[in-house]
Amino acid sequence: MGIASAALALSVTACGKSSTDSGSSSTASDSKATKAAIAYDIGGRGDQSFNDAAYAGLKKAEDELGVKGAEAEPSSGEGDADKVARLTALARAGNNPVIGVGFAYAPAIEKVAKAYPKTTFGLIDDTSVTAPNIANLVFNEEQGSYLAGVAAAKASKTGTVGFIGGVEVPLIKKFEAGFAQGVKDTNPKAKVLVQYLTQPPNFDGFSKPDLGKAAAQGQLDKGADVIYAAAGLAGSGSIEAAATAGKWAIGVDSDQYNQAGLASYKDHILTSVTKDVSDSVFNVIKSVKDGKPQSGEVRYGLATDGVGLADSNPAYVKMTDVTAAVAKAKQDIIDGKITVKTAP
Amino acid sequence: MMKLDKDKLIIGAAGPVLALLTSFVLTVLVLLATGLDPIEPIRLMIENAGYSDIQVLIVNQTGIYYLAALAVAIGFRMNLFNIGVDGQYRLAAMVAALVGASVELPGPLHILLIVLVAMLTGAFWAGIAGILKTARGVSEVVSTIMLNAIATSLVAWLILPKNFGVQPAGSNNLTTGEISESGWFPGIDMGEGNGVIYGFTFVAFALGVVYWFVLNRTRFGFDLRATGASESAAQASGVDAKKMILTSMLISGALAGLSGMPTLLGESHTYSLDFPTGVGFTAITIALLGRNHPVGIFFAALLFAFLDKASSTLDTFGYPKEITVIMQGIIVIAVVVSYELVRRYGIRRQQQKVGEELAAGGALKTDKEVAA
Repeated sequence: MGIASAALALSVTACGKSSTDSGSSSTASDSKATKAAIAYDIGGRGDQSFNDAAYAGLKKAEDELGVKGAEAEPSSGEGDADKVARLTALARAGNNPVIGVGFAYAPAIEKVAKAYPKTTFGLIDDTSVTAPNIANLVFNEEQGSYLAGVAAAKASKTGTVGFIGGVEVPLIKKFEAGFAQGVKDTNPKAKVLVQYLTQPPNFDGFSKPDLGKAAAQGQLDKGADVIYAAAGLAGSGSIEAAATAGKWAIGVDSDQYNQAGLASYKDHILTSVTKDVSDSVFNVIKSVKDGKPQSGEVRYGLATDGVGLADSNPAYVKMTDVTAAVAKAKQDIIDGKITVKTAP
Repeated sequence: MMKLDKDKLIIGAAGPVLALLTSFVLTVLVLLATGLDPIEPIRLMIENAGYSDIQVLIVNQTGIYYLAALAVAIGFRMNLFNIGVDGQYRLAAMVAALVGASVELPGPLHILLIVLVAMLTGAFWAGIAGILKTARGVSEVVSTIMLNAIATSLVAWLILPKNFGVQPAGSNNLTTGEISESGWFPGIDMGEGNGVIYGFTFVAFALGVVYWFVLNRTRFGFDLRATGASESAAQASGVDAKKMILTSMLISGALAGLSGMPTLLGESHTYSLDFPTGVGFTAITIALLGRNHPVGIFFAALLFAFLDKASSTLDTFGYPKEITVIMQGIIVIAVVVSYELVRRYGIRRQQQKVGEELAAGGALKTDKEVAA
């Protein structure tokens, strides 16, 4: 152990240079082209969901604004210290804004934002940490889900609809709460079956389609004929099961009717609850480039089309009673006549 | 006598070195096959490790891995495979965070309470597998894996806001509430931007000394190693094997519980949905690579911490950081294979030597054959 502690002492003292020292300290202000960076949530790029939507926003900023984009992926099982190191590296390299995708970045952004007051930090899905240089990008997922509930209740013939949540976390509970309320407000006698695929820290429920498929099969067996899955990639399994049984599926995050991977099931995708993460990323980058960086809470709700219900499926558009009910509910929410719960 | 020890040392080191070389060569081949420069990412990682903020991350992670690997190693010495270290670690960190956040005590007492709760929780969870094994003969491999899954569900249930969890306003996270400052373990601040070395890291390394002492210099340690080598032989010489199984599972669980403490007491001060996971699984590889020896485990933990932390920025240079995961994965396989190869070589060599000595001494040939 003597050797061990000596090696330890050596490794600590051997080099006083920090990786923070390597760039000039104020690169953020004197770089010519805007450089923007996003740090992904667990799963990284290619998750067909949350992270990919953030990337789409960055890509759009690269194409339309000439911004130079950088990305950083998390390692599995990492802690806050690793996130601090990653965000610091991105800010140090002169990226502005630096966007943390997902609530897990909150504690890290709180620390790094203090060290880099001239850099704007975007934080998606969290308003618990605030600073003048933090833009909290949040969504009213429950509002979009409420509309899905209205559509599901109207389209259902059996009076039983299903909700499948990927992982049982507060964020997904918002989807459940809005959906269930929308169903009950439309048809008080309707039954909502609720199932979560996994519990944290097991995040398989966002990534494994077989789990979504099995859960949807179970709900179909119990008589559900519309199934709404808020489960990332696992939701494609639910869509497959519902479509194979000739029932309705409701997609999430992006308009899944138009997703290439789901083309063979798209006739059975009634609609999708959209959450415009890519726009929120694009907007914060644009705001920095325009010299008016966003700050504080930036909320994306129904009123601003930050969340909504897709209408790409012609079969859905033809159901005029459904679309009329959805349009009315949307107006009622925007006018404040309906308040949607954020927790079941 | 000295000669024999040197042989033993060389054979002991040959396993890990062979495994590391294999994994290094295979990783380079993977990089070549994907059309990437095989040397550049390794150069970048070494360069990263030169920065003091990365060094702090490496040291802290080494401490965490070290504790978890000791937990695995004590099981291995007993011929017990505790795959449940990860579940014990998570449950212990959660319960300890919960208790720590709900009481107010003066500094050292507060920390002591949190640490004790963590050890007891970890020991309790591992003890279930221990009792199942001693009372019903259930394989600890199966029971600890299943207990991991149960721990996941239990933690998920406990942390619901309607039970013990707290959802901070405006956050989508769930926590157990913040532990007040008296329950924070003081660390060594390495200066602005470099981070803090968790104080508990030094507790971890001190426990390595305790581990070595208990195993090699006490009656208990002898009984433990004897039971691990041959349960029936140990029993015949008066060791209560069942008691040893239960005791070592309890110690293993207590150590697993401690492995959450550097993070909890030094950094997060709460257990939340994004508390690091998977530590217990990485620790199995580290214990294997370190040959269950406290110094070996230290270097194995240091290596894995280096691979984890120095690779964190590789993707910004266009190299997938998953190459370190490949490297770690290959190490697991290579370790098992190379240890077996080295063990067989060692036995053959020993037999040859004995044979030569006997032949030289003109001893009876039949004796040698009997001995072999």
